[in-house]
Amino acid sequence: MANPYYDAADLRKFGKITEWSEEIGTKFFEYYGKVFEEGALSAREKSLIALAVAHVVKCPYCIDAYTKDGLEKGITKEEMMEAVHAGAAIESGATLVHGVQMMNKYNKLSM
Amino acid sequence: MATKSLKARQDSLAITNKQLEILNGGIFADGELPYFKDKIATIGQYPLRPKKLEILQINVGYMCNQVCEHCHVDAGPDRKEIMTRETMSQCLDIIRNTGAHTLDLTGGAPEMNPDFRWFVEEAAKAGITDFIVRSNLTIIRANKKYYDLPEFFKKHNVHVISSMPHYTRGKTDKQRGDGVFDKSIKALQELNAVGYGMPDSDLRLDLVYNPSGAYLPGDQMALERDFKKALDEDFNIQFHNLFAITNLPIARFLDYLIASENYEDYMYALVEAYNPAAVENVMCTNTISISWDGWIYDCDFNQMLDLKVASKVKHIKDYNEDLLNNRNIIISQHCYGCTAGAGSSCQGTVA
Repeated sequence: MANPYYDAADLRKFGKITEWSEEIGTKFFEYYGKVFEEGALSAREKSLIALAVAHVVKCPYCIDAYTKDGLEKGITKEEMMEAVHAGAAIESGATLVHGVQMMNKYNKLSM
Repeated sequence: MATKSLKARQDSLAITNKQLEILNGGIFADGELPYFKDKIATIGQYPLRPKKLEILQINVGYMCNQVCEHCHVDAGPDRKEIMTRETMSQCLDIIRNTGAHTLDLTGGAPEMNPDFRWFVEEAAKAGITDFIVRSNLTIIRANKKYYDLPEFFKKHNVHVISSMPHYTRGKTDKQRGDGVFDKSIKALQELNAVGYGMPDSDLRLDLVYNPSGAYLPGDQMALERDFKKALDEDFNIQFHNLFAITNLPIARFLDYLIASENYEDYMYALVEAYNPAAVENVMCTNTISISWDGWIYDCDFNQMLDLKVASKVKHIKDYNEDLLNNRNIIISQHCYGCTAGAGSSCQGTVA
């Protein structure tokens, strides 16, 4: 049975969210478009950041979108995978740094 | 990587009607996506009409030393359709009298036509000053008899436009075949050595980038910047401009889209990226395309779909530029490829 929660074809319908709340939906897409324009960071660099974040937030739509966006921008698969590792490293680091909290608590409770 | 053309494989897609059936059917026939004619009708561009003729694009044959996966010509070593000297002579009559300022030679690998050099020399005598040859680069290194092509191009001040899918070996070879990247780099260095592509040189060397897969090209300027930096740093190669060209869903690229189950998504992407501003300057409005056997088309893509011009003048033997310019351009859903994003043409973006 097809997965009822995620359908790859739904990504095409993303723009439709404005239909139920036009003003803030439109503002969101304006903001979104602006964010990814060339700026102090290149559109290419931002695409790689987006790809890394897409993995960290585990958004299948974003992963599809930014893999394709990376290909369009001539980003290589090695660069994409390194970006995913950068996201993964921060995510695992964020878990592991809590180990210090565990150590603090352990020491406080122990004689 | 394919080693034979669709035609040699007797693939059903080698039949142009089969391709048109796909382009006119499915998601377009059931109304999911709009037909191209309806889309351009909303901006008053249907029927699409030619403007001033500027470029004669002559396809001197479908034979090629490569069998690229995305090729809309379905070119390859097994294609025997080659323009004869007799047809070339008819083309020269047109060149002497045309209002067009640019002659654009394409193929296949145009250099593989045995009369290619003769044709260039005669066309130069006929007064063509702006000369384009679309070279796949590897042909220059394919055989000793082609080694002097850079000098030949230089002698006739030919503007060389070369395909280069990526500045990394992996992506280039995946699209075009093993070894293509190294040969292309060598050919570019040889073109540089005779003066092509150098910053202040009049010997124009431009590169064509087209995506190696089911996605659209990114921003042409950003890609040009990345290509220039990488080719200069890694190989000390210089070139003038990069043209980002969208792959059109025709022939081998259509075959690839269907086989990889990307066809619908790709057509959605093209329609979604439709840019009305690009319609104004699509290349069929200033170019005509002539096939190896002398038939006339609105563009090289229509040539490959065997959609001859909608004019009394359909063949160069009856050539009449005024009559020809008074025609409606034939369109189908593949035309979305030329109007997506910043637009796409043989000269890169158009909007």
